[in-house]
Amino acid sequence: MRASFVFSEVVTGLRRNVTMTIAMILTTAISLAMLGGGLLITQTVDLTKERYLDDIEVSIFLTDDVSANDESCTEDPCAGLRKSLEESDEVETVIYQSRDEAYESFQRIFEEQPELVELARPEALPASLRVRLVDPERADVITEEYEGEAGIAQIQDQGVFLERLIDGLNSFRNITLVGSLALLAAALLLIANMVQISAFTRRTEVGIMRLVGATRWYTQLPFLLEAMVAGVIGAILAAGSLVGLQLFVVDGVLAELREAGIISLPSLLYTVLIVAPVLLISAMVISAITGYVTLRMYVRH
Amino acid sequence: MIRIEDVTKVYKTSTRPALNNVSFEVDKGEFVFVIGPSGSGKSTFLRLLLREETPTKGKIYISNVDVAKMPRRKVPRLRQTIGCVFQDFRLLSNKTVFENVAFALEVIGKPAHTIRKVVPEVLELVGLDGKSDRMPNELSGGEQQRVAIARAFVNRPLMLLADEPTGNLDPDTSQDIMLLLERINRTGTTVLMATHDHSIVDSMRRRVVELEFGKVIRDDARGVYGVGN
Ligand SMILES: Nc1ncnc2c1ncn2[C@@H]1O[C@H](COP(=O)(O)OP(=O)(O)OP(=O)(O)O)[C@@H](O)[C@H]1O
Ligand SMILES: [Mg+2]
Repeated sequence: MRASFVFSEVVTGLRRNVTMTIAMILTTAISLAMLGGGLLITQTVDLTKERYLDDIEVSIFLTDDVSANDESCTEDPCAGLRKSLEESDEVETVIYQSRDEAYESFQRIFEEQPELVELARPEALPASLRVRLVDPERADVITEEYEGEAGIAQIQDQGVFLERLIDGLNSFRNITLVGSLALLAAALLLIANMVQISAFTRRTEVGIMRLVGATRWYTQLPFLLEAMVAGVIGAILAAGSLVGLQLFVVDGVLAELREAGIISLPSLLYTVLIVAPVLLISAMVISAITGYVTLRMYVRH
Repeated sequence: MIRIEDVTKVYKTSTRPALNNVSFEVDKGEFVFVIGPSGSGKSTFLRLLLREETPTKGKIYISNVDVAKMPRRKVPRLRQTIGCVFQDFRLLSNKTVFENVAFALEVIGKPAHTIRKVVPEVLELVGLDGKSDRMPNELSGGEQQRVAIARAFVNRPLMLLADEPTGNLDPDTSQDIMLLLERINRTGTTVLMATHDHSIVDSMRRRVVELEFGKVIRDDARGVYGVGN
């Protein structure tokens, strides 16, 4: 196969249908950018989960009575609760936090706001059992089992907050992926159209090629490569705009959330090393398959 | 070289056969006119040889291979041994004379150094040396047909099929083209030419196969156009 011949055919073909080519490149780019965005959100969800799950605890707040009278959790019901929790297969560790310890940590957390610390009295803060679970996502099992038992005022699962955050991220990702699919359908039609137009404008050439005995590779490869080149340019644009978005928008707007440790964002390296190749390969595979099928269906060899 | 046995071709969209039980043979190196009124099946016959169409019935042997039964992937090889020329030249208007001829070799994967060598040779053979950088629209009809012939012949085919190659040309230019086809024939290339042109057939005195309604009604070794009708 003469590379120079195929190459010049591809370049001429792309230039001949400039408007069509641009439309196809843009649609592909936007569709792939959304796909890439979806991947990045998925990664954000995973990273955020990973980061939180280690720290997540279920706090079992004890009643006033227990908080006031059982300083070191040596009597029932506190001691009994602790023992039963420690023996549970679901539980990794249990730490008792007395009323005084709770007050200390309250003071630490709000040391910037002395008025608040001043207002609070140790008596207002309950003692609690801080439970770490083997699988932090199974907090509801503990809640169900212990809710309402003697000595327990309230059970609080920090995971609920995380779940809400993750649900939000997930629905955002789903919207992105649906949009990406719709645009992908448009991109497919544009590729098919581009190949047909290209085949039509080049029908004389292809006719001569067939007559002089060019193989299918020679007659059809230029069309396939044309579609693939346009697809790859689209993918490069998509990857580029994702990197740009990450550098200038996400890192700017979401930087505070990241610094506050509320969400963990994927690194730029992830975009460049994982997302970009995925987009490139998808673009190549999709445009090659669409081009091939179109040629099979509409263009006689 | 070519052996046609009981070939019938009925196009899907028509009821009357375009070729009806046609049989004849062509030897290597022959020059054959295929004549007949419009619609008699001349072009259909040439398309069958090229495997552009397949016969409804019958066998078409080229060098002892049944073209009709040939698997699709072997068709390009077959076509590389057949040159084609048409009434409408079919040149690429955005390529020069040289590039038009070179195109036929490029697309079958011939190396660049071969192309640089053989294209000027064939352009000289058809009398176009010195015009290789012209665009087709800078040439006369006769010159354009020479380019088309050069392109058909550049890969040294075993046979040359010409479908009314002089159909768009004036008598003098047609004579020149005929001289060229004769010269190509003398190199050993079998030439089959479909035509309406009485004077050409009469002056050449070559074999004439006449078709009417898809049947061979005459096969003269040294025929003229009108005789027999
Ligand atoms: N692709 C096709 N589909 C259907 N019918 C066809 C097709 N090509 C040719 N025919 C029919 O087959 C018959 C023979 O056509 P063909 O083109 O072989 O004639 P011809 O001898 O070359 O005529 P002309 O001298 O006008 O070129 C005609 O009746 C024509 O209408
Ligand atoms: Mg015809």
